[in-house]
Amino acid sequence: MTATAAPVTARHHERLLGAYFALGVLFGIVLTKGELASWFRIQEALRFKGWYLYEVFASAIVVAAPAIAWLKRRSRALTGEPIAIAPKVVGSGARYVAGGIMFGLGWALIGACPGPVFALLGAGVGVMSVVLVAALVGTWVYGWLRPHLPH
Amino acid sequence: MPSLLLRPWPWYVAGPLVGLVAVGLLVIGNKQFGLSANLRHVCAALLPGRPAYFRYDWRRAGLWNLVFVLGVVGGGFVGGVLLGNPAPVAITPQAQASLAALGIHQFTGLVPVHLFTWHVLLTVRGLLMFVGGGFLVGFGTAYAGGCTAGHGISGLADLQPASLIAVVSFFAAGALASAFLLPLLVPAVR
Repeated sequence: MTATAAPVTARHHERLLGAYFALGVLFGIVLTKGELASWFRIQEALRFKGWYLYEVFASAIVVAAPAIAWLKRRSRALTGEPIAIAPKVVGSGARYVAGGIMFGLGWALIGACPGPVFALLGAGVGVMSVVLVAALVGTWVYGWLRPHLPH
Repeated sequence: MPSLLLRPWPWYVAGPLVGLVAVGLLVIGNKQFGLSANLRHVCAALLPGRPAYFRYDWRRAGLWNLVFVLGVVGGGFVGGVLLGNPAPVAITPQAQASLAALGIHQFTGLVPVHLFTWHVLLTVRGLLMFVGGGFLVGFGTAYAGGCTAGHGISGLADLQPASLIAVVSFFAAGALASAFLLPLLVPAVR
């Protein structure tokens, strides 16, 4: 998000929210029909008993990487904003290792990462509402402990 | 025709579509594909407490993402209920055997029907699995600054070294937890 963003009218902005919603619906359908929200598929991948999930990740990146590289060089978003992605600061790497390990443990235990948690809620898996509340509590506790954690 | 709609999509359809969603968000409004940021936005909206981490304009930074995630819930209903696959998931025979050893013998739906129940949730093991797992997902993604989408797709596609560190860490921890931790918690089903 840069300060040079072109002014966006309120109505324009509302229409954009509709576009985000539509992309969300598409992503939710892909998560369920593509079985990325499948507990079975997640465990299959984490137990290295099949390559399905890795094929999905690889093909997603193969499609997105060249498109993102091109967009960053010569495009503006529909809002008029230049397309820019802030580089993530590596630093000591501690937050990526420690945070990644914690997330990975939880990911395997519930067999779902954040996207699938929401998609499974929509698919009627009621227990996921408790998982979601627990995840919110986890993020909230992180917010409190953040000043004391290595990053 | 109906059976064609209910059939699961192959990886070469699902994967590129995920990539296109990430690209689409950039094209529309220079937004970065990532789901876990929504947990922070909800905390900032509901509990604008003292930590500086939650003191920001969540509408400005995250309204688009909360709308996106509402769409994901709707898409989950369409893909999981309206177009839900009635047949068992086509995981490999090796995966089936591996899960059968855990006591999972039902492979229909998106989650094991006998595991994702309120009854299991209210056991000690079930609580550890669902509440403990959910807590770790929320804490870990906030700490790492992203999840399978933010680091695994957007970050890797943008060739960010930080994301590679995160992805290797969560896949390694996930593999270990699925192999050694899950078997301690799942037998609660039986």
